[in-house]
Amino acid sequence: MIATKIIPDFSQPAHIDQVGIEERASRFTKRSIKNETKLNGLKLALNMIDLTTLEGKDTDGKVRQLCYKALHLHDAYPGLPTVAAICVYPSMVNVAKKALGDSGVKVAAVATAFPSGQAPRDVKIRDTKFAVQQGADEIDMVISRGKFLQGEYNFVFDEIATIKEACGDARLKVILETGELVTYDKVRKASDIAMYAGADFIKTSTGKISPAATMPVTLVMLEAIRDFYYKTGKRIAMKPAGGISKSKLALHYLVMLNEVLGEEWMNNHWFRFGASSLANDILMQLMKQRTGVYQSANYFSID
Amino acid sequence: MAITEKRLEVLKTYKIYIGGQFPRTESGRYYVATNNKSEKLANVCLGSRKDFRDAVVAARGAFGGWSGRAAFNRGQILYRIAEMLEGRKAQFIDELMKQDANRAQAEKEVNLAIDRLIYYSGWCDKFQQISSAVNPVASSHFNFSSPEPMGVVAAIAPQNDSLIGLVSLIAPLIAGGNTCIVLASNAKPLCAVTFAEVLNSSDLPGGVVNILTGKVAELAPFFADHMDVNATVYCEPDAEIQKMIREKSSLNVKRVVLYDKVKWLTDAAQSPYFINDFQEIKTTWHPIENIGGAKAGY
Repeated sequence: MIATKIIPDFSQPAHIDQVGIEERASRFTKRSIKNETKLNGLKLALNMIDLTTLEGKDTDGKVRQLCYKALHLHDAYPGLPTVAAICVYPSMVNVAKKALGDSGVKVAAVATAFPSGQAPRDVKIRDTKFAVQQGADEIDMVISRGKFLQGEYNFVFDEIATIKEACGDARLKVILETGELVTYDKVRKASDIAMYAGADFIKTSTGKISPAATMPVTLVMLEAIRDFYYKTGKRIAMKPAGGISKSKLALHYLVMLNEVLGEEWMNNHWFRFGASSLANDILMQLMKQRTGVYQSANYFSID
Repeated sequence: MAITEKRLEVLKTYKIYIGGQFPRTESGRYYVATNNKSEKLANVCLGSRKDFRDAVVAARGAFGGWSGRAAFNRGQILYRIAEMLEGRKAQFIDELMKQDANRAQAEKEVNLAIDRLIYYSGWCDKFQQISSAVNPVASSHFNFSSPEPMGVVAAIAPQNDSLIGLVSLIAPLIAGGNTCIVLASNAKPLCAVTFAEVLNSSDLPGGVVNILTGKVAELAPFFADHMDVNATVYCEPDAEIQKMIREKSSLNVKRVVLYDKVKWLTDAAQSPYFINDFQEIKTTWHPIENIGGAKAGY
């Protein structure tokens, strides 16, 4: 932690070359991927998914069903990995924890008045502590975008640091909600603030706002992680969330991850996809590879 | 410098039709369509299995909206297709003649295609009545059967009769609320692509009809084994391909319809039974009390 104490001056603007970032991100989509690599990539992507249900209408039954899906993605295909985690509201952590047992699949809880983050700090801290007490392995917090856009960076920094403290042993994911930050400069600045304040993960979006994760935004954040690693020697994990529903896109993200951060990040400790429908698309692709026949959604479980 | 008398003609690029758009084939391949005298007519997309895959995704996406429309509205849209075709008659006659028909044959085929669209336009909200039934049952139930569209149909159009064959396949399919992917005649693909332009300008939602061009032998296996396709149609007498289609279709129990004996230019090639070929009959048991004093069990 000694090295990380050298905190940059956040009042200085971050300069991101918008055209360059978008052009670079589009290049990752043009790599040729051979069949065997594709197969491994698909399985890896499956293993990186945070299977998510964040609805007002979530019930215990829905969460249990999702947990069953996490453990039995498609039993017709033996030897598949499980997903990385189940992502639910704090009130559902208990149910998910019980349903998953000692399977190794983690439970992530969104906290801090997700998705708006418009609540007093003590409420956010209680929200976080409740989720941790219920047994959450990971906490997904949202930053106060309003304060951030007003330029109150210290407020945001302190908030993240406080929540990190409340997390105890749980890993903290900090959701920037890049769709509301608008520019890449702001995304980069928010990433830096989150990492210096103690985030274990930085995450693009809540999934409630469009645009959610895009490749250029993710690239900006990956580069922030890389620069942070060079400066401090500390690794930060990345989680793009929302809008990634096709396996081809997931493979593009993996290509980008590999080329920006390298192989050490290519596992579900350091990279996650926040998604719900991606899993089924990957399963359909895997079955296509195995049987040689294009698949139908009718033959895969809904959640 | 004097202006040259002869203007360089702007030729049409014959592209495929997927999801209401005209992309080139994903594979980048093409073949040369010729007439009987081996004169070059056009470069045509040599569609690939991935084009087919994309077309199935488009057709599946369009199915809910299309089958959920009022049957009367589907009839209006079929009528609109006929109107648009009428307006571009000359172009179709010209293309048929390029593909070796004489003028009389070409005119007959185009007129018949228009009339057939009108015919099926009328059936859109009527075939349900003739193939539905109220069934007598031995309990206190109101029991009725009615047809429902099967879903996504993959059809390989007849190789001859390139326009009337195509129209006679598509019209009953979409009249019944299905969406489809049709592989046009390989030797005579010009009209099919132009017909896609007619569809595109006639209120038909994108994805309801998707038209590909390419080789039958290459694409037929995928038409038959795609798990998200509900029925396959084949119109040639080639026994080997028929067998292959039957075998591969068994994977997800697709319905296989063979139209190898249909004469597309005759009246026998139009009837509400062509619509019924791609319908499932759903029977509903609705509990009731006895009606009008009649006891259950008649």
